Amino acid sequence: MASLILQQLVNAATIGAIYALIALGYTMVYGVLRLINFVHSELFMLGAYFCYGLLALGIGGIGPAPAFGVTIAFFAVFALVGSVGVTIERVAYKPLRSATRLAPMLSALGLSLFFQSAVQLIAGPQPIQFPSIFPSARLTVGGAVFTTTQLLIVVLAVALMLLLATFVSRTRLGVLVRAVSESPRTSALLGIDVDRAISLIFFIGPGLGGLGGILYSSYYGIMYPTMGTIVGLKAFTAAILGGIGSIPGAMLGGFLLGFVEVVGTALLPVVSHGLLGTDYRDIFAFVVLVGVLIFRPTGLLGEQISEETMVYKRDY
Amino acid sequence: MASALVAQSRSPVGRRLVGALALAAVLVLLLMVPHAGLYYVRLADDVLIYTLLGFGLNLVIGYAGLLDLGFVAFYAVGAYTYALLASPQFGIHLPFLVILPIGAALAACFGILLGIPVLPLRGDYLAIVTLGFGEIIRILLNNMDAVTGGPQGVMMIDAPRLADYALISPRSFYWLLLGLCAVIGVLVLRLENSILGKAWAAIREDQDAARGIGIDTVRVKLAAFAISASIGGLAGVIFASFQRYVSPESFTFNESILIVLIIVIGGVGNILGVITGAVALIVLPELLRGVAQYRMMAFGFTLAALIILRPQGLVPRSFGPVRLLRWLLAS
Repeated sequence: MASLILQQLVNAATIGAIYALIALGYTMVYGVLRLINFVHSELFMLGAYFCYGLLALGIGGIGPAPAFGVTIAFFAVFALVGSVGVTIERVAYKPLRSATRLAPMLSALGLSLFFQSAVQLIAGPQPIQFPSIFPSARLTVGGAVFTTTQLLIVVLAVALMLLLATFVSRTRLGVLVRAVSESPRTSALLGIDVDRAISLIFFIGPGLGGLGGILYSSYYGIMYPTMGTIVGLKAFTAAILGGIGSIPGAMLGGFLLGFVEVVGTALLPVVSHGLLGTDYRDIFAFVVLVGVLIFRPTGLLGEQISEETMVYKRDY
Repeated sequence: MASALVAQSRSPVGRRLVGALALAAVLVLLLMVPHAGLYYVRLADDVLIYTLLGFGLNLVIGYAGLLDLGFVAFYAVGAYTYALLASPQFGIHLPFLVILPIGAALAACFGILLGIPVLPLRGDYLAIVTLGFGEIIRILLNNMDAVTGGPQGVMMIDAPRLADYALISPRSFYWLLLGLCAVIGVLVLRLENSILGKAWAAIREDQDAARGIGIDTVRVKLAAFAISASIGGLAGVIFASFQRYVSPESFTFNESILIVLIIVIGGVGNILGVITGAVALIVLPELLRGVAQYRMMAFGFTLAALIILRPQGLVPRSFGPVRLLRWLLAS
């Protein structure tokens, strides 16, 4: 029993770390622009495809890749997906900053369709086996069996999050980002180049999302053009759960959602005496989403917003 | 375009003539559709179904200003109501005209069911909860195999009968849908100008001020959800009776997004906009068939471009059907 619980905890931490990494992109963008960046789920998918492409180019075949190549691929994917993110912001969001809030959300959805079909066209609609880029030895700790891939995913994701946290709280550029997300108008008055900070956010967020795509695909060993949709929605749920706009919140929300999902899926058939099967796995995220928004819309670590209107107080 | 038309016909009489001719041309076109090829009739049926859905969603998004990204749930409720009450699934075979109001009423109940918990939410938060609601309904349909047939859906649904006449061909559905669109269109237009419509506009523009002048925001919002959902339910019943097969595949998140895009690209809060949007977004992918493999890519690109270039939609909000008629016919 204890080993079973430990086993599920390891699984939850793995998927939770990936959700958290993707949730960061949603939360950072929302924090500054008050915009649900629906194209983020496609950038997550692009990350996996870019990585696959780079590895295929670099070592002339797909097999267990050398550590050096994988490291290079990680940096390259971060830069590539980040650049795509910045371009999207320039082309699709910037012209709409003064339009209704609905417009950028929908142009993002249009772009999302565009990226999905573009990838389908280039790489084909069928799922592609993802190379095992991490060593996948089996480890047994206290009866729980897990792979080194899982371990590396958690370690890498947590390292990236710590890096981001340090960047945001310790560096000059991080201060810039925090100032702009606190209040773009005041930051502009104080002489901060707001557009530059926004570009920076649209570089880091999607970059991390792209790396999340690599981790996700190497965990499940597969990638396909529509993989972003459901994972994106779950990561967004994680961002809401933690409190949208809050960077530590997104991290906490990701792990928590992974936990709820894995444990919930494992318990559901037992609790309902086999009536409800594991098919209901995807429903947990949405039930959590609806529940959090109705009972605690600010999320766990969210900023205080006025209850009545759900509008950030500082907007007034 | 408008200025060009005006310039062409400076004299009031000529102006009126051009307007009347344009109106007559549209009417003749609507009457001619059933005589065109089957492909075009099917396309017209699609446009009409989405127009109907657009009318429904427009009540919530356009009039009341509540962003609903899970509208397809009500469409699914209507479709499954017909599918389960008129198929061998449970051996129930109720007539079409009985199920039509049941489907609409059931969808309205779901509308209120969704409406009550989301009353305090607005903007993005509302959008996300409704999105989650739509997905939950789809996952339930997909997994409650005993009731809904799971991913296989419900097959062999009865063809609807009106009196002694069985509606089977796309042509007969064209007339049914055209009639229904006209009725709902007039209804929605009357609602827009009613006291309820004015209350929706007040909530949309400033909820606190609306409450301040004594509008019962709870009742008014629930009315928007219920009426909009019931229109979605109607469209669902007709969809199921037309396809004679339903499965959860037809009610994905992308479908909800398509309906939102229809009303936003057409022009939000405007019936003419909904019609324009439905025609544009259903016909556009067909036109793109020429570039078959790039079709969805081009479609996505065009959608994004349309929103970026014209965020307020193709038809301005103020340019409603009444103004169109006046503009066409009066000097």
